[in-house]
Amino acid sequence: MAIIKCNINGREQSLDVDPQMPLLWAIRDVVGLKGTKYGCGVAQCGACTVHLNGEAVRSCVTKVSRISGQKVVTIEGLSANNDHPVQRAWQEIDVPQCGYCHSGQIMSAAVLLRENPNPTDEDIDTAMAGNICRCGTYLRIRKAIHLAAGMDRKVGRNE
Amino acid sequence: MTVSRRNFLKISGMAGAVFSLGFYVPKHGEGAKIVKAAEAENFGVEMNAWIHIDTSGKVTIFSHRAEMGQGVYQAIPQMVAEELEVNLDEVNIVFAKGDQKKYGNQITGGSSTVRGSYKNLLNLSATAREMLIQAAAANWNVAKADCYAEAGHVIHKPSGKKANYGELVVDASKLETPKNVVLKKRSEYKLIGKPMLRQDTKLKTNGTATFGLDKQIPGMLYAAVERNPRLRGKVKSFDDSAARKIPGVKYVVKTRMGVFNTYREGVAVVADSTWAALQGKKALKVVWDDSGFEHLSTDEIYKRQREALQTQEGLSFKKQGDPAAIIAQAPKKLDVMYETPYQYHSCMEPLNCVAHYQPDKLEIWGPIQAPDWVQDYISKEMNIPREKVIVNMTFLGGGFGRKAFMDYPHEASVISKEVGAPIQVIWTREDDATQGPYRPGITYRCEGVVDNGEISAFKVKLAGQNVSHWQGGKKDAPNRSASEGFLKPYFDTIKNLSIQDVPFETPIPTMWWRSVYASTNGFAYESFLDELAVEAGKDPLTFRREHLKEERLNKLIDKMEDVSGWKNRKAKEGYGTAITECFASTVGQVVKVSRTADGKLKIDHVWAVMDCGWYVNPDTIKAQIEGSIVMALGAATHHQVTFKDGIPVDKNFYSYQLPRITDIPPIDIYIMENDADAGGVGEPGLPAFAPALTNAIFDLTGKRIRKLPFDMATV
Ligand code: FES
Ligand code: FES
Repeated sequence: MAIIKCNINGREQSLDVDPQMPLLWAIRDVVGLKGTKYGCGVAQCGACTVHLNGEAVRSCVTKVSRISGQKVVTIEGLSANNDHPVQRAWQEIDVPQCGYCHSGQIMSAAVLLRENPNPTDEDIDTAMAGNICRCGTYLRIRKAIHLAAGMDRKVGRNE
Repeated sequence: MTVSRRNFLKISGMAGAVFSLGFYVPKHGEGAKIVKAAEAENFGVEMNAWIHIDTSGKVTIFSHRAEMGQGVYQAIPQMVAEELEVNLDEVNIVFAKGDQKKYGNQITGGSSTVRGSYKNLLNLSATAREMLIQAAAANWNVAKADCYAEAGHVIHKPSGKKANYGELVVDASKLETPKNVVLKKRSEYKLIGKPMLRQDTKLKTNGTATFGLDKQIPGMLYAAVERNPRLRGKVKSFDDSAARKIPGVKYVVKTRMGVFNTYREGVAVVADSTWAALQGKKALKVVWDDSGFEHLSTDEIYKRQREALQTQEGLSFKKQGDPAAIIAQAPKKLDVMYETPYQYHSCMEPLNCVAHYQPDKLEIWGPIQAPDWVQDYISKEMNIPREKVIVNMTFLGGGFGRKAFMDYPHEASVISKEVGAPIQVIWTREDDATQGPYRPGITYRCEGVVDNGEISAFKVKLAGQNVSHWQGGKKDAPNRSASEGFLKPYFDTIKNLSIQDVPFETPIPTMWWRSVYASTNGFAYESFLDELAVEAGKDPLTFRREHLKEERLNKLIDKMEDVSGWKNRKAKEGYGTAITECFASTVGQVVKVSRTADGKLKIDHVWAVMDCGWYVNPDTIKAQIEGSIVMALGAATHHQVTFKDGIPVDKNFYSYQLPRITDIPPIDIYIMENDADAGGVGEPGLPAFAPALTNAIFDLTGKRIRKLPFDMATV
């Protein structure tokens, strides 16, 4: 065990964990934030996507030791009021079905839009290809990202 | 705790006087009766669904269906708000706990939520509305006919007087329940039939929706289980010395769960974090007893199916005329085999379940499609009175049939009892992918003759596992679903027809998968129809139309032709079609394919036309069909479960490849408008896709694909 100091969703944390533990389980079981999901554990599905210093990473294959002194944002910290443009677009188009993949989808889409404010369909496909949706909401994901691209982007807090 | 009305009011935070109306079905097959919930309690009947209105006007529906992505959360409030005349955002919905005695069959399957309950719910809501109007009219001493309801108020038309429902609940509760209230006509609907946003979406965009895996209760430990990789068999011995050394591991226990009529044994590592449990599981050394059943490989399974179809006649599912005689004499006949693979449900949320066994009760929380079955099963298996087994449903991260099964709650309960603590069992993706039960893989032998542009003989035999056998179904009866997916009106025009089921067994546990047998039958029957159309020298849609003498279906075909530009297509341009029916809804699809400059096959477009009769929310229907097509695309062109020496080969998404955003073609969906009884929505969009796609590929390339899955890159 070791003490890992880091910042999660704007709050300083000091986690007493096995440094080998994947960030996913530290976030879920130790910090208690359950919005980040487990889907495969091997960086194949994107359900566990969080932001590490602003970059989208798969928390299931990121050792918690790697976040020491770093900034992590999870779906719970993406915006104060569920109103990041991506979240608003997701709500407007009613993207989720079961919803299980969408924490990860939204976190990936937020990074895409920060880096490429006006993505084409191809840009979206490339950026989102790591996120599986078993319910098949892909067409709506594309549509919602285009919609979010046209929205006022001042709202997101920890982006 | 049983969910009496009083308890319910506590749980849902309602206070003060409440007007509660519900319906119950006295006996299976009898009409529903609407009564006040308090009365029901007094004479001891239990409600199927209740509506509550409190003094603030807040409306709460108590529903007994699971939400797994198909939009129950939204469809039920939309129906209630329509007839009750309240705004949709004033309606809250609460899910019931599992109890078959109370709610009747609670399973969310067979696309049955709206189908099974809509008339009762509409009636219930309209009755409540009428009672509120009556209460207001009596208060004001005016004629009821001069009053109407709107947006949670009763309004007296001549004077403009207005009362909030909340002010009327006390008086309404005292009234007799009227009989035979008049329901709105379709043309009067304000909400039903309109696209509406789902109420659960917000919870799913900020991580607050609680899925099974997110459930936590005080003192809960985490369990990971090593189970027999051969889907059966027992634990011979195990060495847990390394597992016990992992920090955080508290217990290692042998466990088991019921899989239909057998038990699957395993070894559970219980720890204070998921991570410790998973590491402990990896460190286990288990020796399995795999004796007493065959260790089959995929090649062997399909070889046996083909042989059976070549050499045996099957149990007769349907026979009319004498197709065999016509086939025997015909100068030219078609005789082909279609092959469909085993499939895995692959819900995005792997299986998991929280159980807390205590001396006087057992409480379970999980992503559960059939809470009443779980309650029943575990009560029997663990010898606990059924009312002491409390089953709570969370959100489901996908279900597709898999989560209508009792094995994972059973296993969690056994482990909790064994270690004496509340535990959550988490299945890794690898566990989820390799433990079944699977959709059975089926081979079809299709023989047919066309004469004068018509089908003169049609004979289909199928060989594949019958999922009902796992549930104790009779083995000398044919599969009841042998023609599921195939349009029944064909039986009226194909005079010489036979469908047979050649019994086929393996030790692999199988069960329903989205759209059940239609998902495999649809491919065989609708591809074969296409072959017969080609043989007859006819346009595939015209050929179908000529064999389907039903107005509703002809209208569906008109629509398909219309939206896809079917009639203007050029010869061999890459258009294919298929029409299938299941759960009382029919879906026709047209797929257009082409080759890219580098010679690769590409899906340009999919058009789907749904006829599900009366419907609630077109947006939900479109979402379900989009999802069904994506799922069908995966099953047709990406993945299958294969077995080697009795062990499933693919363990995770790197080899069991699900469709990704890069694979998705444009999809246009249309819904037929009619007042026929409501059909299912969650599953019927799936079966027609694969045959429409392969029929399109035949149109473009002349190559007939008869085995799924196939690789688009190599056709
Ligand atoms: S759980 Fe991390 S990518 Fe699937
Ligand atoms: S919405 Fe269910 S997996 Fe994406």
